[in-house]
Amino acid sequence: MSKKLRVATTSLAGCFGCHMSILDIDERLFPLFDLIEFDRSPLTDIKHCGPCDIGLVEGGVCNAENVHVLHEFRKNCKILIAIGACAINGGLPAQRNHLDLGSCLTEVYLTEPGLLHGHIPNDPELPLPLDKVHPLHEVVKIDYFIPGCPPSADAIWKFLTDLIAGKTPELGHGLIKYD
Amino acid sequence: MNETFQLDGSAVPFEPGQTVMQAALAAGRYIPHLCYHPEFKPHGSCKLCTVKVNGRTVASCTMPAEGGLDVESEIEELNALRRSLVQMLFAEGNHFCPSCEKSGNCVLQALGYDLEVHATGFRHLYPDRPLDASHPDILLDFNRCILCELCVRASSEVDGKNVFALSGRGITKHLIVNAESGKLSDTNIALTDKAMQVCPVGVILPKRVGFSVSIGERRYDQRPISAQALDDAPRQTDASGNCAACEGTP
Repeated sequence: MSKKLRVATTSLAGCFGCHMSILDIDERLFPLFDLIEFDRSPLTDIKHCGPCDIGLVEGGVCNAENVHVLHEFRKNCKILIAIGACAINGGLPAQRNHLDLGSCLTEVYLTEPGLLHGHIPNDPELPLPLDKVHPLHEVVKIDYFIPGCPPSADAIWKFLTDLIAGKTPELGHGLIKYD
Repeated sequence: MNETFQLDGSAVPFEPGQTVMQAALAAGRYIPHLCYHPEFKPHGSCKLCTVKVNGRTVASCTMPAEGGLDVESEIEELNALRRSLVQMLFAEGNHFCPSCEKSGNCVLQALGYDLEVHATGFRHLYPDRPLDASHPDILLDFNRCILCELCVRASSEVDGKNVFALSGRGITKHLIVNAESGKLSDTNIALTDKAMQVCPVGVILPKRVGFSVSIGERRYDQRPISAQALDDAPRQTDASGNCAACEGTP
């Protein structure tokens, strides 16, 4: 058989719900694994992305590390797919976008009632937050989008199998969902 | 026999005074629309219903039907335009469907589904639009307002109250409440008002009933808006009261 397609996945400012939905493909994972193999992904624990055919990115871009990871995916993946509401429009994390980041941090870590000797976390290992949460397409070129919170397993299955078959992926009524 | 015009190559009958949109819906033919509502005078602002009439683009909700018109609607050129309009509306407000109680009943979202809009593609504006929760029974979430003016029209034309208005120009245009304080609690709006029923998105919401119908079991979860809108439209009936477009359904 022909060479398997190499697929990388990651979750940036997401909740891993889209990855759970990928696993929800259930027994169809077996025929899928005849066609693909995973590179960097929470499922393999490979830490950096090599050359891939498809990259699936969950979550928006909320901190400096997210930017680096997203650029690594764009550099290595021939086709980059934004999966889920957060990757597409920022989603829940972007609900802070109309607020000032400094006042958010101040309220959460310094002035919230009940905090004793609070301080804004500043460990050098913590990636610095961006002032706004960005959808992926505002940072790199995205080739395809799979909407949903999360997209259903059926939607992910339909999208990936269309794509692997060389067709333009179509979702249609019932599979295209924003909620 | 009525006069007809051509819509995507087949004849649509009309009565004098009908618009292209009214005649199409009455004949069981769907043209995508957002600010048009069968019970109100056409507004012509959202442009989702743009069609080509004899090669020129016009809003079908305001275009008077005439015999012999050649109307094109279901063509990729126009659907691409409609897709862009929906995308711009999503990027301009704060439309977070997963946390919106109107999800599944939302006309903007349903149009996005029907037009296969997978993402906005534009830079999101994330405007700052505080809620008005002052009224004991009604919540206003301005984040989702698309400026269709349906609530403005319903409140003045049907309820006789003038509770809502649009203020400002261009990108600063926004929905306002007609009270000295600007708060909904200082108006005479009531849950039974027409203005409570017409919001196509999740701005004007009755409190405490948001999830009485589960996500997944709602209006546009069941059927695409292209089918649902035809059920909602006033239909022409024959002499015995039967609707030709309904094919036996009551």
